[in-house]
Amino acid sequence: MLSFDGLVAVCVLYVAGLFWVAFLAEKRAAEGKARWLSSPLVYTLSLSIYTTAWTFYGAVGSAARSGLEFMTIYLGPTLVFIGWFWLLRKMVRIGRAQRITSIADMISSRYGKSGGLAAMVTILAVIGTTPYIALQLQSVTLSFSVFARPGALGAPDTESTAVWVAGGLALFTIVFGTRSLDVNERHPGLVSAIALESIVKLFALLAVGGFVVWGLADGPRDVLLRIEESPIATWTSNGARWVGLTVLSGAAILCLPRMFQVMVVENADERHLATASWAFPLYLLLMSVFVIPIAVVGLHMMPEGANPDLFMLTLPLAAGQDGLALFAFLGGFSAATSMVIIAALALSTMVSNHIIVPLWMRATKGENPMTGDMRRVALMARRLSIAGVLTLGLVYYRMSGGTEALASIGLIAFLGVAQVLPALLGGIFWRGATRAGAAAGIALGFLIWGWVLLVPNAATAGLMQGVLENGPFGLTWLRPATPLGLDGADPLLTAMVLSLGVNSFAFVLVSLFTFPSPMERLMGAQFVNVYEHSRTPLAWKGSAGTADDLLIMAQRILGAGRAARLFRDAAAAQGREARLPEPTPDFLEKLERELAGSVGAATANAMVGQITGGASVSVRDLLAVADETAQMMEYSSQLEAKSAELAQTAARLREANQKLTELSVQKDAFLSQISHELRTPMTSIRAFSEILMKSEDLDAEGRTRFSRIIHDESLRLTRLLDDLLDLAVLEDGRVTLNEGNTMLGDVLDRAVNATSALVGGTRLSILRTRADEEVPLWTDADRLAQVFINLISNAQKYCDAAQPELRIEVLRLPGRVEVEFADNGAGVAPRQQSLIFEKFARGDTAGEAPGAGLGLAISREIMGRLGGGLTYVPGQGGARFRVRLPGRALRAA
Amino acid sequence: MGTRVLLVEDEANILEAISFILSRDGWEVHGHGNGATALDAVARLTPDVVVLDVMLPGRSGLDILRDLRNASETRTLPVLMLTAKGQAKDRDLALSLGANAYLTKPFSNAEMVETLRDVARGVSLNGAGLPEQGS
Repeated sequence: MLSFDGLVAVCVLYVAGLFWVAFLAEKRAAEGKARWLSSPLVYTLSLSIYTTAWTFYGAVGSAARSGLEFMTIYLGPTLVFIGWFWLLRKMVRIGRAQRITSIADMISSRYGKSGGLAAMVTILAVIGTTPYIALQLQSVTLSFSVFARPGALGAPDTESTAVWVAGGLALFTIVFGTRSLDVNERHPGLVSAIALESIVKLFALLAVGGFVVWGLADGPRDVLLRIEESPIATWTSNGARWVGLTVLSGAAILCLPRMFQVMVVENADERHLATASWAFPLYLLLMSVFVIPIAVVGLHMMPEGANPDLFMLTLPLAAGQDGLALFAFLGGFSAATSMVIIAALALSTMVSNHIIVPLWMRATKGENPMTGDMRRVALMARRLSIAGVLTLGLVYYRMSGGTEALASIGLIAFLGVAQVLPALLGGIFWRGATRAGAAAGIALGFLIWGWVLLVPNAATAGLMQGVLENGPFGLTWLRPATPLGLDGADPLLTAMVLSLGVNSFAFVLVSLFTFPSPMERLMGAQFVNVYEHSRTPLAWKGSAGTADDLLIMAQRILGAGRAARLFRDAAAAQGREARLPEPTPDFLEKLERELAGSVGAATANAMVGQITGGASVSVRDLLAVADETAQMMEYSSQLEAKSAELAQTAARLREANQKLTELSVQKDAFLSQISHELRTPMTSIRAFSEILMKSEDLDAEGRTRFSRIIHDESLRLTRLLDDLLDLAVLEDGRVTLNEGNTMLGDVLDRAVNATSALVGGTRLSILRTRADEEVPLWTDADRLAQVFINLISNAQKYCDAAQPELRIEVLRLPGRVEVEFADNGAGVAPRQQSLIFEKFARGDTAGEAPGAGLGLAISREIMGRLGGGLTYVPGQGGARFRVRLPGRALRAA
Repeated sequence: MGTRVLLVEDEANILEAISFILSRDGWEVHGHGNGATALDAVARLTPDVVVLDVMLPGRSGLDILRDLRNASETRTLPVLMLTAKGQAKDRDLALSLGANAYLTKPFSNAEMVETLRDVARGVSLNGAGLPEQGS
């Protein structure tokens, strides 16, 4: 008999062989040479990871215990592949069109890229798959122990066997599953290794079957006789259970993460599915054809109490066929390892994409997900996830004790992942399905499944015994074993009907009552009408034409020089003489990164994808492109707003500048005026003082006359300076008003007296109506008098009538008082009327009159300060000025 | 009789002062206080030299100067401009219009007489020599 060490050595050699095959396939795929890799046969063989160690060993056990029931596990997938070919094709098409990376990705994409839903499906998948991985580890350990002779030297430590197996599988998966973050998530190396394992396990089973039928029994006729005699023939099968299990396994092949991985994600060509639709059922048929004979012969020949799960190994061993037993062992080993590898890969993709990376992004505040740094994080997350998933399986195996019947765990796991089915089918065929519906259905179904099946199976007896027997809180109808009080029914069937029923019902109901978001509607249309939205996807084939197209596109974006350099370097790196490199995935990735720097990650991805045809441009791509475009548009509109703002500022500055220029012109004119007004009297003063100084011969009369002129001109200068200062103070608003009680008549008296004193003349007769002047005021009497004096002296200066008269009229109006000064002269010429209040403005007739022309400007300023106004009233014959006193200056009499 | 000078100035005191100074220096002085009729006065009096204030009621001294230079009889008539606007651009404007000299008020009497004498002799302050004037 084969030694345990020998067995281990064979295992190590076998695994090394797998590494070699995977490595070779990976290398050839990278070179684009491995045509056989993308053959439909490899695809079909990779699908057969459906048949795990559970099927390999357990089917015989199941047949020995319950007859033909094991057939349901093959029947479901067979029906799906033959009868529901259209469903598989649609899934594959969607998967390729949307570049789906996992079942969780599929569900979340359909329901508007919901991160929450993806995480939910991921968790469900991990929980549903962990027992399954434990099962594979258990089968490997069990099969090892068959070869071990108890008490012999080097007897196997079953515990450490499981650890080593798990570690080895993790390594293999990490090496070939996470070499790079491929855009379409395909792993040619892994798939070819899996295909090889599928061949090994099929031939191992056929070999054992053939040996049993023709070696142990006497051919088919004998076997049929033995079947007739065995209790298997008499067992009547439970119809409901048959239907239920068939449906369950059919659902499983659609929903199992590992099946989704090989069927959809690793699919290289949609047409392979057509081959698989007959070849895969055929494979299943071959896998099942010898199960009953082996079970019957085993039951017949092996001693009472022998584990029928291990007949595959114990029958050849008992017959002394060590080689055959070893082959059978390798078959089982293959079945276990291939399942674990793909399951770990699928789960790690989901865990890293939908749990770790989103958390990382949240933690790092969403940096660009396509940067190199992020890719490293994603790869590391995936590697850690693989190790984590396998560790979880190992822990579960250790805790569950490892002696349960294998089949029951497998079925429980099936039902767990089948909870995704309503959301999956609904998402593909029903546009009305919503995220909330999917979440509600999955959550409810998952809870029921967990409570009814997982808790009793997994819970350690002591802790939850009370709950198991009496239900939580003493609610017996919630007792896991008999939900709703359904006592005596098949727990698996009950759980299945209950969980999937509630799941579907909640899914439909909630979907009907919730409204899909725009993204959900869009993705829903993309999924349901996938055939209208996607081109027929072809297998990715690198060709010179593609490289040419890529170069043309790259030139358009990067510029001719940079693009040429990039392509030349890549060609050199590939060791090619040609100008153009082979469009390998590595090169495409590099090109995409280069392009992303210029046009954004999503656009670059879509452009490369469009040219290589590896994947059609998905809605997600387009939306991402739209996002980027929107960002650019927002940016440019910000720029636009900025430049509009600048233009406005410039306009304001121009306006201010113009105003300043005008002010400067006005200031120049004003200074020029002041200069003139100051220099004129000074000219007289200087001229006459020089004459006085140098003319000793001047007579006394002349001296006196010249001295008076000097004196008068000095007074004129002083007045001018006074006026200028007064105006400056008034215009600055620094004037302090000295307000008090006074009578209008008194102020007028003061003004009239002052003017007669100033000029000393009485030529101008002033007409007043004293009765009207009895108006009590609250105002600055000095300032008001100043205004009146100015107006009276103006009349004295400019009234050109022969008998000059000034009429002062007081009008009491509601809320104000008006005092009008009207003379009988010619008045102010119409074109002068708007100018007379300007500084230094003097009428045409002002020639002979003294004064610098500041009087009216000052008076108007004063009236403004007093809250009233000063206006010229045209069309009155003579000049007529109106002084308006505000209501606030009026004091109750 | 000395050189005949027409003095166009609206400020009565300044007119009196300049008239007094020039008369005592031997000039034949004619005063005129209005810009609008200044050209008539020139035509009537045919002065040898004109002293012209810039700021005049009725008509600006610069306008009068322009008319003098445009008329053939007075194209070469020596003109001394007086102004109380002390800015350089006013002087440049006056000289470019053909004034022979320019004085800013206030001025010293001696300076004024000296300048006027130069102007009357045909020495132009703007550098261009004037044809000989019969004196």
